[in-house]
Amino acid sequence: MSSDAETKAEGMPMPNARPGSHRSSLPIWRAQIAAIMRLEIRKNFLGKRGVLIYLLVFGQVLLAAVAFPQLPTIRGNIGEANMVGANMYEGVILRTVVFFGCAWIFMNLFRGEMVDKSLHYYLLAPVRREVLLAGKYISGLLVSIVLFTIATVGTLFFLYLAVGSPANTQYLFHGPGLIQVLSYVEITWLAAAGYGAFFLIVGLFFRNPIIPAILIYGWEWINFLLPPVLKKISIIHYLHSLTPVPVSEGPFALVAEPTPAWLAITGLIVVCVVVLLLAAVRIGRLEIKYT
Amino acid sequence: MDSPSDQTIVLEDVSKFYDEILGVNRINLSISPGITSLVGPNGSGKTTLMNLMTGLIQPTRGRISILGVTPGNPEELFRYVGYCTQFDSFPRGLTGLEFIRSFLAIHGFSRRDAGELAMKALDRVGLVEAANLKVAAYSKGMRQRVRLAQAISHQPSVMILDEPLNGLDPLARAETIRLFRQLAAEGLHLILSSHILHELDLMSDQVVLLNNGYVVAEGNIHGVRSEIEEHPMQILVRCDSPSTLAARVFEQDSVVEAKIHKDKLGLFVKTRDPDAFYLLLNKIVVEDKLDIKLVAPADDDLNAVYQYLIGSKEEGS
Repeated sequence: MSSDAETKAEGMPMPNARPGSHRSSLPIWRAQIAAIMRLEIRKNFLGKRGVLIYLLVFGQVLLAAVAFPQLPTIRGNIGEANMVGANMYEGVILRTVVFFGCAWIFMNLFRGEMVDKSLHYYLLAPVRREVLLAGKYISGLLVSIVLFTIATVGTLFFLYLAVGSPANTQYLFHGPGLIQVLSYVEITWLAAAGYGAFFLIVGLFFRNPIIPAILIYGWEWINFLLPPVLKKISIIHYLHSLTPVPVSEGPFALVAEPTPAWLAITGLIVVCVVVLLLAAVRIGRLEIKYT
Repeated sequence: MDSPSDQTIVLEDVSKFYDEILGVNRINLSISPGITSLVGPNGSGKTTLMNLMTGLIQPTRGRISILGVTPGNPEELFRYVGYCTQFDSFPRGLTGLEFIRSFLAIHGFSRRDAGELAMKALDRVGLVEAANLKVAAYSKGMRQRVRLAQAISHQPSVMILDEPLNGLDPLARAETIRLFRQLAAEGLHLILSSHILHELDLMSDQVVLLNNGYVVAEGNIHGVRSEIEEHPMQILVRCDSPSTLAARVFEQDSVVEAKIHKDKLGLFVKTRDPDAFYLLLNKIVVEDKLDIKLVAPADDDLNAVYQYLIGSKEEGS
């Protein structure tokens, strides 16, 4: 501390800090969401903490870059390549990269701060807790969308690269290939939104969120074995319904009618909204104890 | 934003239970501007009371109003209130400046103004030179000061400070106390807790003594002391002939004990009626021609009040 704090304090009076005179030009809640997003992205994704998620995403792209050229059956064969790509997408990208990536990103938004004992700084700011929830969710969603889009597009890039020219360019730019890529990207975004909402609320409710995350993982994996009614209580069922290239779920799968695309998308969005509303109720009652 | 018209902090019949465990019970307080110290042993409810005032926890029963705003209305409350908690933890990866600026941005300040206010707050606690260092690299005292800077950065009307002098070296403590006094002189409410009773004694306008979740006493330290009837007030009289004085003080029934100071130049007198004793002392001085050097209460401080009411020795000093 300076040697003469009193003199300094008198010499440098606190400015007129009352919010209102110094406000950002944005409506307050939008400015607050933007500020929360900047802080969250800086804390969680631009530091050491982000290394795991980058390893997961770029590891997937690297896997695609290494594995696809080893498959001679897809060279010049778009049909086979699409099947390999669809299996890779559903089996690895959706069920592993996006699932665990979302678990890591969204559970950390609140639970990570409770572990670090730093959540109270947010709760001591003049921000509605619902706005805090929105800011954190959107920041997680934004990061997941960017990273998992890289994983999805990167994987498909190496898939079609392995197919070789001119079959790949013909398919992508003069056939349905590009639309198919965009469909996968759209599913990835929906998956991030859906899993993100679930893992955010898991992080709010459970002191050790790993166990519920494993239970959700198990439920999503055995989805193909479930009767049609139970299938619908999952995220993967709706995502599976949207995939442009259907993937066989094996001889033991209980087949259910795929949900129409409009219903799958609407349903996922509605589920996200409901889960986030529950999270808002939870955070409204949250007490800081850190024990 | 104008200051709120209501200038008091009011707690009405506030209780907090953690399941079966009592946090605080039936707290009724009305706190005016100035420095108010919450004093009590560990587990007495000081932090619980501060967390209740700021909405970090909700009361099981009762009503809290901070300048007319309830803790359930954070977007209004924290325009007026800054809380420096005991948690020695920070968001990861930020420098001191980024830490304060980020939360000012959440208040709604523009980036430029948030940066300016953050620097001014850091200047006020003497951390400008460390502004661009990561908080993780700060010493304990620096972390304490950066949390204080964060709590004052938006110029609140009410500051709640949980053990704000912890980890500070003696010079920093003295300057922080001076800062608190200055803020109180500017009309702020400062509510703080500390184990260092001597320092609280020096700066507090009023004290709230807590024990086992209950308010044991509240008010001006001297007022609280004078109400403790079971412990007679101890007065030190320094004079040229303490033995003469000792022989005469028992003329008054309210005097219960007289003890000569070990340097033989003073007398400790315990009396249940200090005002009557002062009148008697005037009479003795005139009649016996004593040369009085000093008359001062010897146990009219927070430490004595604490020991009489709570029965524990002062910690940390």
